[in-house]
Amino acid sequence: MVRIDFNRLRFLVIDDNAHMRRILRTLLHGFGTREVYEAEDGAAGLEAFTHYVPDIVLVDWMMPIFDGLELTQMIRQQGANANPYVPIIMLTGHSEKKRVVSARDAGVTEFLAKPISAKSLYERIFNVVVNPRPFVKTKNYFGPDRRRNVNPNYVGPERRKGGKAEMFNEPPLLDKAKVPG
Amino acid sequence: MSRRKEDSPSIATYADHEVITPPHELRKVVGPATDPNDNPVARAEAALAELSSLFGSWMNAECDRLEAARQDLKRSGFTEKTHEALFRAAHDIKGEASTFGYPAIGSIAESLCRLVEHAPEITKIPIALVEQHVEAVRAVLREYARPDRDEVARALTKRLRDVTDEFLKNTNSFRPEYLEGIFAPPLVPGA
Repeated sequence: MVRIDFNRLRFLVIDDNAHMRRILRTLLHGFGTREVYEAEDGAAGLEAFTHYVPDIVLVDWMMPIFDGLELTQMIRQQGANANPYVPIIMLTGHSEKKRVVSARDAGVTEFLAKPISAKSLYERIFNVVVNPRPFVKTKNYFGPDRRRNVNPNYVGPERRKGGKAEMFNEPPLLDKAKVPG
Repeated sequence: MSRRKEDSPSIATYADHEVITPPHELRKVVGPATDPNDNPVARAEAALAELSSLFGSWMNAECDRLEAARQDLKRSGFTEKTHEALFRAAHDIKGEASTFGYPAIGSIAESLCRLVEHAPEITKIPIALVEQHVEAVRAVLREYARPDRDEVARALTKRLRDVTDEFLKNTNSFRPEYLEGIFAPPLVPGA
């Protein structure tokens, strides 16, 4: 059995509804987290993300100024901030296929349909902490690998092309952004 | 200070994509469970239970917000502003009602969300049907102590949902793919 030391995790909760923020804060404190930061819209959320550098972001879809989807796309822009790989858990009342696919394609790591519960929130957090997925970068996507499983029975065309060409370590983006002198 | 190799992402490059394995920075918080009685979910549920004395007033506040959106709608008709305010109020109730202990209200709010979100033209949304949803939300909240609450709420929700679905089928008949999306089963795993 594995346990998560929530005491050492820093969360950012971005939701325009004060009641939902309070519920999330209460649940996170219940898990044992001490550091929970809050923002009430996408713009404030992006600012808080840059300032607090959270380990995990919980974001609502529907928000004023810019929504959770747009915020996710901004966070996932490589070179734009310190941690484009941050796990993003999207809380959503939208569960239609089209919406879910849009959010996945924006780079969301996990979905959590409202109404939320302590168990469902814990499971999503556990998943992003214990089983992180690799990231995929294509011409028009950067985010967690959208293929969660390998389907041995898949018979359609292979959309990812090319054999493995090279494996190397890239300098961290933060170091790249630093200007010498 | 130089970074260790394991702090950098490893990248496998392919013809049209890269697979990047970021440093597993959250590894630091994962360890063996040493206390068999430690149950973070139970702790969080207990913390939420302590907060639950506030849920009644929160539910009232959300319903007042929905009523205010309805009044604005009656005054100004469907505009971008009144449409958004109504949808946000209904959407928040849909997402919160069960957590607050009022699941019957969440189902009515969900029906209202569908009506407001999926009509192809907002000016064609029947305001009378919107009002019936809002009245139903308020009535169920007001009568929540009734012993037959669930039965009444279920019947009310079904009727509203049926009328809403009929309206959506008729008004979206010119775009069958969209219509199919509205009636497809939800994808997101629930709570």
